[in-house]
Amino acid sequence: MDLIFDWFRVLYQETGINLPFLYDEYDRNRMVDGFLTTIRLSLVCLFFSVIIGVIGAWLQGSGFKWTRRIVNGYIQLFRNTPPLVQLYFFYFAIGTLLPRVENDWGGQSPILGSFAWAAISLSFFAGAFNVEIFRSGIEAVPRSTVEAAEALGFSKLQIYRDITLPLAFRVVLPALNNNLVNLVKTTTLAYAIAVPEMLYEANQIWSDNVNVTEMMIFLLLAYFVLVGVLVGAMNRWERAMKIPGYG
Amino acid sequence: MNCKTDLPVMLPVSKPEPEPFCGLRAWHILPLALLAIFGPSLAFAQSDEGVLSPLAVLMNWAPLLLKGFIFNLVISVSAMALGTVVGAMLGLGQISLIPAVRGGSWFVTQFFRNAPWLVLLFFAMFLLPFEIDLFGLKIPFPDWLKAILGLSLPVMANVSEIVRGAVNSLPSGQWEAAESLAYTRLQTLWLIILPQCVKRMLPPWMNLYSILTMATVLASIVGVSEVMTLTGQALASEGGRPELLAPFYGFVLLLFFVYCYPIARFTVRLEKKFAVIG
Repeated sequence: MDLIFDWFRVLYQETGINLPFLYDEYDRNRMVDGFLTTIRLSLVCLFFSVIIGVIGAWLQGSGFKWTRRIVNGYIQLFRNTPPLVQLYFFYFAIGTLLPRVENDWGGQSPILGSFAWAAISLSFFAGAFNVEIFRSGIEAVPRSTVEAAEALGFSKLQIYRDITLPLAFRVVLPALNNNLVNLVKTTTLAYAIAVPEMLYEANQIWSDNVNVTEMMIFLLLAYFVLVGVLVGAMNRWERAMKIPGYG
Repeated sequence: MNCKTDLPVMLPVSKPEPEPFCGLRAWHILPLALLAIFGPSLAFAQSDEGVLSPLAVLMNWAPLLLKGFIFNLVISVSAMALGTVVGAMLGLGQISLIPAVRGGSWFVTQFFRNAPWLVLLFFAMFLLPFEIDLFGLKIPFPDWLKAILGLSLPVMANVSEIVRGAVNSLPSGQWEAAESLAYTRLQTLWLIILPQCVKRMLPPWMNLYSILTMATVLASIVGVSEVMTLTGQALASEGGRPELLAPFYGFVLLLFFVYCYPIARFTVRLEKKFAVIG
């Protein structure tokens, strides 16, 4: 391994192609941390946005007029405004209104850090799309299947959890995957509030080493591979989950 | 898709419906949002003498912010125009009969589709020169122009996919019929296939425009003075009063909502109108 790292140092000395995140241990750790933060942020947002989607779609089917209106208002508001402004709104506007807590060094720090706000904001953003996606899936489940479950004595929650959702999930998987891939790409916005994800760490490295070109190209390739792997995995999953004879 | 049956079969997926909206119409959002923005600021309104209320401060800055927003729209329209032209060519390249052209176009499309918008914007910002030396004539290459180029890259890739998808969605009978009428490939494409595609491409294209408009704020991160940058500067020059943050950012949210929401509604209506029955 050290041999490979050293080779990149030689590469820099010989050709001027500077890739410090490969031969320099400090930069390497930064880059790995950034990569892991991107993955972590993506996973947290994936999880919560799917939860928001499921709950939102369930609330949209509720009998109360105002529940449906509020859910619709949420969807329209988050779909038609820039995610970056939402992020700023959450982080700066709402973040400053919250109480502060004392940190380990005796200073005052916000109750939620930038990572938490990025996770919250992006989850709500992707969740708004997920609600619509899940709703279209739930509508695709035939009424008679739900009636059959009712006749068998399932409760409303049980029907949603055990009958409607598993069927709807398979129907919406392509649209859902599309949205989740978009979400992973949107995590780069967290850069704007200094979450140390991949773009942020790359920026730090190119500020220190003045190797913008190499870092930029590496970053593009890294995201290309990351998203490409994700898309490939999602497509396999879609094939595995396909309902035989449908669509 | 109006097939009625009592059998327990899976129904076809319906398009995300244009939300029945149960009485809550587009213009209802406006007073609600205004309330949400200015409600909290009114709570601060009983302030000391000499300090303007958040609402008054916002009104002072609103003309400047609106100017910034118009700049955003200029960026979005230019990037869309550029991206559409290049993307359409790339999309046609994807259905070319020459394998090299097809493969190349496919790779370029996938590459720029998989990269995050912000990274592409950084890419354009830092790697393009700040001026071009053309035959001894120095043409300056300002930030906003680079932002337009950077934003048009993902637009190009997405338009390419839209074109390819639309062409592939036409039944192959169209091609065969044209061939039997002795049309050349170019004639078939230009006179028969593409006119039918325009209708199918319009809704996703408008959707893309809406996404692009919302992405123009990314330019603030790389220092173009559009609405988000101006908001930050306005807040700073007011001395960073915390009660101003919510109204100002809320105002920017509102600007984008007022612009993008009608586009979204119109897109849904077009989608319904052009939906193929059966």
